[in-house]
Amino acid sequence: MTDSQIIKVNNLIKDYTMGKQFFRALNDINLSVKTGEFCGLVGPSGSGKTTLLNIIGALDNPTGGDAIIMDKSVNALKSKEAAKLRNESIGFIFQTYNLLPIYTVYENVEFPLLLLKKNKRDREEAVMRALEWVGISDKANSKPNQLSGGESQRVAVARAMVKLPKIVLADEPTANLDAANSHNILKTLQKLNSELKTTFIFATHDEKVIGYLRRKIILGDGKVIDDININ
Amino acid sequence: MLVLKLAFRNITHAGLRTWLNVIVLSFAFVLIVLTEGLYDGMSEQVKDAEIDSSVGGGQFWQKDYDPNDPFSFETAHSEIPVDLKKEIERDNASAVLIASASIFPRNLIQSVTLKGIDPDQKIVNLPVTVLKEEQDTNAIPGLIGFRMAKSTGLQAGDYVSARWRNIKGTFDAGDIKIVKVININIPSVDKGQIWIPLESLRTMMQAPGQATVITFKKNLSRIPSGSREWIFKDHNYLLKDLNENISRKRLYSNFMFSLLLGIALLAVFDTQVLSIFRRRKEIGTLMALGMTKWSVIILFTLEGCLLGILAFITGFMYGYPILAYLAKEGIVLPRMIEQSQFAILLVLYPKYGLKLYIVTALILFISVIIVSFLPAHRIAKLKPTDALKGKLS
Repeated sequence: MTDSQIIKVNNLIKDYTMGKQFFRALNDINLSVKTGEFCGLVGPSGSGKTTLLNIIGALDNPTGGDAIIMDKSVNALKSKEAAKLRNESIGFIFQTYNLLPIYTVYENVEFPLLLLKKNKRDREEAVMRALEWVGISDKANSKPNQLSGGESQRVAVARAMVKLPKIVLADEPTANLDAANSHNILKTLQKLNSELKTTFIFATHDEKVIGYLRRKIILGDGKVIDDININ
Repeated sequence: MLVLKLAFRNITHAGLRTWLNVIVLSFAFVLIVLTEGLYDGMSEQVKDAEIDSSVGGGQFWQKDYDPNDPFSFETAHSEIPVDLKKEIERDNASAVLIASASIFPRNLIQSVTLKGIDPDQKIVNLPVTVLKEEQDTNAIPGLIGFRMAKSTGLQAGDYVSARWRNIKGTFDAGDIKIVKVININIPSVDKGQIWIPLESLRTMMQAPGQATVITFKKNLSRIPSGSREWIFKDHNYLLKDLNENISRKRLYSNFMFSLLLGIALLAVFDTQVLSIFRRRKEIGTLMALGMTKWSVIILFTLEGCLLGILAFITGFMYGYPILAYLAKEGIVLPRMIEQSQFAILLVLYPKYGLKLYIVTALILFISVIIVSFLPAHRIAKLKPTDALKGKLS
C-alpha cells in the first residue's frame, strides 16, 4: 500500500447466513482509495454499498479477503482496536442522522471528543468550529427533536468532522433530505474535503450526491462493475 | 470516569423515565426500612413487655413446676429457701404461688389458674396493689386481664364462685370478687388466670410460706445460686417460646422484604430491558463513534446503579422525616390485634438502627447492580451493524 492509499480492499467477500442458506453480499471486491478522495459507492439497493462501507468502517468483518484501513487489517483488529480506530480516525454520517436524543446539539457534537479524552477548552473550541463549518452555531443548545431534517444532518456532519478524522463514511446522507438541504450538505462536505483533505466515501444511489462525486465506484450484485474517476 | 460522567448525564437528561424508576426504588427502600423497623420494634416491645410484666430479671421455679401442665401445680410448691427469702425482703424478688381451680361464671364450669402475688411487690409491672384495697372481707379479691374477662363474662365488681383443692387434697370453695379488669396485652399473665393476694392463696391451699415461682428484679447484678428444689430459669429459657415465635414471624418479614425488593428490582430490570430495546440505535451509534462494547455495557449498568443511588438519596430525603415521626409517635394498631396470641401492644414503635439502613441500602444497591448488568450484558452479543439498523442480534 502506497503512502497515499488510505484504504485498500483485497478480494473482499461477505456472506450472510439466512437460516441454512447463505447470501453473498460482497463478491471479490478489490479497490483502493487515496487520501483526500471524494468518492462514492454507487448502486441500487442490495448491491452491497452499506456492507462494504461497514467493513471499511471496522463495524463488520469480512467473510473472506481483507480490508486495510490506514495500514490496519480489519480482519486482525480486535473489538477494542476496531473501536479505537473508529474513535480516532473515522467519522460516520448516517441516513437517519443517529443523533443522541437526550443530548443537545452541542453535546452531540462534543461526544466524540469526550471519547478522545480532550480537555474542556479544546472540546469547546472544536465543537464551536465544527458547528460554524455547518452553519448551525445558533442551534447549539437545541435538542435533536427541535431540529429540521436538514439541521439534524448538519449536526451529524459536525459530529463526524469535529475530531478531524482521516476518513468520513457517509451512508445515504441525503436520503431523508429535500433537494435544497441535500445540496447545502453536499457543498459543505465538498468544502471540508478540499480544506481539510479528509477522505470521504459515500454509499448512495441518490443522483444529487452522485453529481458531486469525483470518483464513482459502481457496485452491482456485490461486485465492482465500474470505477469512474472524474478529473 | 468518562463512562460515569456519561451515565450521569444520560439519567439526568432522561427526565420522567429516570424519576419513575427513582420513585419506585425509593418507595421500596423506605417500605423495606419501615417494615423491618416495625418488625424489630415489635420484637423489642414484646420482649420488654414480657420481661416487665411477667419474667422480670429471671425466675426460680419450684422443681415440679411446668407452666404447660396444670396437674404439676398440685405438687409445684414448697418453702422458700432462706437466701431467696432474703432477696424478697430486700425487694429484689417477689414470690408467686400457683394453683389450679375451677370457677363457675354464668353457671358454667371453667378451669383457671390462681396466682397468688404480694400486692406490695414492685418486681413485675402489674397493678396488684388494688388487691389490698378491697373492703369486702367475705370474698377473695381477684384481678383479671381483659382476655379473661371476655372469656368468662366477668366484669369489675362481679363475684364468682371458685373451687380448689388444697395441698392435702381436700376440696374447698369460696367467692372471688373481681376488683379490677386490667387492659394488659400480655397473654401470659392474662389468659385463664386470676391474680389474688399471695397470703389468701397460701391460706386457701394451706401452704404457709410456700411459693411456686420467685421472680427477680430486672438488671440485678447478683442472683443467688439455685438448689435441687429451686431451679433458676434465665431469659434464654423463659423467653424461648417468644423468641421462637419471633423467629417464625421473621420469615414473614423476610418474605415482605423479598417481595418489596423483587418489585423494585423488577422495575429496574424492566427499564433496563426496555432501555436496551429502545436504545438499540443509540447503542450502535455509540459503537460507531468509538465506544467499545464493554464501555457501553458499563454505561448501561452504571445508569442502573446511579438510579439506585438517586433512589437512596431521594428515599432518605422524604423517608427519613416519615420514619423518624413514626418512631417517635408510634403506629396505632387496630384493637383486633388484642386477639393475638402474641404480646403485641396497641401502639407499635418502629425501631431503625444504622445497621438496618446500611444493610438495606447495600442489598438494594448490589441487587440493582446485578439486575442492571444482566440485560446490559446482552449488548456484548449485539453486532454494531444490527444495532445501527435498530435490530437485536
